[in-house]
Amino acid sequence: MTQATLDRDIPVRGSGADVDARARRTAQRRRALHWIAVHALGIAAAAFFVLPFVFVFLTAVMSDNQALTRDLWPHTWQWSNFRTVWDTPGFLTWWRNTLLYAVGGTVLTVVSSLPVAYALAKFRFRGRNVIMMLVISTMMLPPQVIIIPMYLFWAKQLHLDGSLWPLIIPMAFGDAFTIFLLRQFLLTIPREYTEAAKVDGCGEVRTLLTVILPMIRPAIAAVALFQFFYCWNDYFGPQIYASSNPAAWTLSYGLESFKGAHHTNWNLTMAATVLVMAPVIMVFFFAQKAFIEGVTLTGVKG
Amino acid sequence: MSASVHPLLRAKRRKEALRNLAFLSPWIIGFCVFFAYPLISTVYFSFMHYTGFNNPTWTGGKNWSYVFTEYPLFWPALRNTLWLVVVMVTLRVVFGLGVGMLITKIKTGAGLFRTAFYLPYLAPPVAATMAFVFLLNPGTGPVNHILGGIGVPTPGWFTDPHWSKPALTILAVWGVGDLMVIFMAALLDVPKEQYEAAELDGAGAWSRFRYVTLPNISPIVMFAVVTGVIQTMQYYTQPLVAGKVASGIIGNSGQQFEPGYPDKSTLTLPQLVYNLGFQRFDYGSACVIALVLFALSMAFTALLMRRRSGFLSAED
Repeated sequence: MTQATLDRDIPVRGSGADVDARARRTAQRRRALHWIAVHALGIAAAAFFVLPFVFVFLTAVMSDNQALTRDLWPHTWQWSNFRTVWDTPGFLTWWRNTLLYAVGGTVLTVVSSLPVAYALAKFRFRGRNVIMMLVISTMMLPPQVIIIPMYLFWAKQLHLDGSLWPLIIPMAFGDAFTIFLLRQFLLTIPREYTEAAKVDGCGEVRTLLTVILPMIRPAIAAVALFQFFYCWNDYFGPQIYASSNPAAWTLSYGLESFKGAHHTNWNLTMAATVLVMAPVIMVFFFAQKAFIEGVTLTGVKG
Repeated sequence: MSASVHPLLRAKRRKEALRNLAFLSPWIIGFCVFFAYPLISTVYFSFMHYTGFNNPTWTGGKNWSYVFTEYPLFWPALRNTLWLVVVMVTLRVVFGLGVGMLITKIKTGAGLFRTAFYLPYLAPPVAATMAFVFLLNPGTGPVNHILGGIGVPTPGWFTDPHWSKPALTILAVWGVGDLMVIFMAALLDVPKEQYEAAELDGAGAWSRFRYVTLPNISPIVMFAVVTGVIQTMQYYTQPLVAGKVASGIIGNSGQQFEPGYPDKSTLTLPQLVYNLGFQRFDYGSACVIALVLFALSMAFTALLMRRRSGFLSAED
C-alpha cells in the first residue's frame, strides 16, 4: 500500500494527466481487489488448518457431561482435565519413556551419522556412489519389511522385548535419512576449508569437529529435530517391542489405550491429545527456521 | 596397485583406506546387522512354516500361494492402497501446490499464515488421528454438527466403509505442510524475468501458470508424486489407529482388533505384516507381505533416483 501513497504524491503535469490518473486508479483498484482476494483465501485456508486444533482444545476443557453433547463451546472451563490426565497412572511413565527414546535416539543418530556423511561428502574412494545408492534405498524402506527377523533377534535371542532398547540401540549405527541430509549439506561447503585445515596440520577428526561442525550447525539442528519428531511420533516400533509391558509404553502408544479406558469421555481423551501435541509444537516454535530449512533441503537441494 | 608404486604412497593409501573404513564403520555395521541380514532372513522365512514356537520347516511356495490366493485381507489392502495413491496423493499434491502458491502471494502477516498452514504437519500422527476421529465422529463430532446445521448430508466418516478413506484423505490433506514448504521454495526460485516476459506477451494468469510456473517446478511436482506414492504404500499408523479408535476396540481391552475397520476399508499392506506376524503368528506369510512391500518400495525409489540423478551428484 506504500506504492499507492507514493503515486498520489507525484505532481501531475502536462497533457494526458487525466488519462494517466484514471489508469493509475484502475491499477490501484485491481491491486486492492487482488490483495483482498488473496487474503480472503488465506483466511479460509487458515481456518481449515487451525480449526481442528481449536475444537480439540475446546473439547479438552469441557465437563464430562457436556463432552457427550454436540455443543461446540464449553459452558464451564474445566482446566482440571489436564491435571486428571497427568495424574492417570502410567501417563508420567509414558512421558519419561518417550523422552528417553527421543533424546537418546536423536543423540545416537546424529553422533553416528555425522562421520559417515562426512566421508561420503568429502573423501574420494571407490564404491562411494554405490554406498550412497544403498543409503538412499534403505531410506525409503518401511520398518515392516525387516520386522519379523528383527523381532525374533531382539525378543527370542536377546530377550529385550518389553523395552525400548531394540529401538534405541540400532540408532547408534547411523540412520539413512540423517546421513543423506547431512551429506547434502556438507557438499555445499567448499573443499578449501578442509584443505586449509589440513595445511594447518589438523587430522580429519579435528577438521570435522573444529572446522566443519560449527559451519553445519543449522543442518545438525534440522536432522536432530527430524529424528526427535520421528522417535516422539513412532507408533509401530513401541507397538512391536513395548506393547507387552505397559511400563515401557511411549505416549504415542499409550495415548490410544487412553481412549479405551475413557471411552465415553472425549474431553479427557482430547486433553491427553493436547498434552501429546504440545511439546512438539513448542519445540517447533523454538526451532522453526532450522526445521523449515531442513524440509526444504529434503526436496529442493540435491 | 602395481609393484612400481612408491612405498610411501602405498602407505598413504593404506592409511586413507583405514580412515575411510573408520568413518564409515557405523553405517557398515548398521547396514549388515540391521538391514542385509534381516532382509536375507525375511526371504528365508518366506519359504518356511514358522509360528515362533516350532522349528522352522520348509514349505516351498505355500506361504506365497496362501497370501495371493487365500489370505482374505491381501487384495482389499492392495485395492485400498491403489485408491489412496490415486485420490490421496493427487489431492495432497494439488492442495500443497495451491497453498504454496497462496503463501507466496500473501503480503500481510505472511509468517503467521505460514505457521498456521504448517503446524498440522507436525501434529503427532496418533494424536492427529484421534483428533480427527473425534472431529468426524457421527454422533457428537463438530464437523457433522456444522454440516447438519447447514442442511448437508452427514456421513458416518470413520464408521462407514465408503467414507473412511475420504476421512483419511482429509486428515492427510490437513497435514500438507511438508509439501507446501517444498513447493514454496521451488516457486520462489522461478526466474522473475520469465513472468515479466509472459506478461508483456499478454499472457493471463492461467497461461502464466501453465507455461512458466509448471515447467519450472515440474521436477518438484514429480518428486512430490513419487515420494507420495512411496509414503502411501507404507501408510500404517493413521489407518490402524483410526480403525481401532472408531471401532472402540483398543489394545489392552482383551479383544483382538482385526485391522481394517470398518469392513476392511482401511487395510494397508504394512498392517498385514502385523496381522499375520503378530496376531496370527504366521511369520512365513508375514515375510511374504514384507517382501511385496519391499519390491514395491524399491521400484518407486528406483524411479525417484532415475528422475533425480542429482541425488548422487557430488561437488566435483
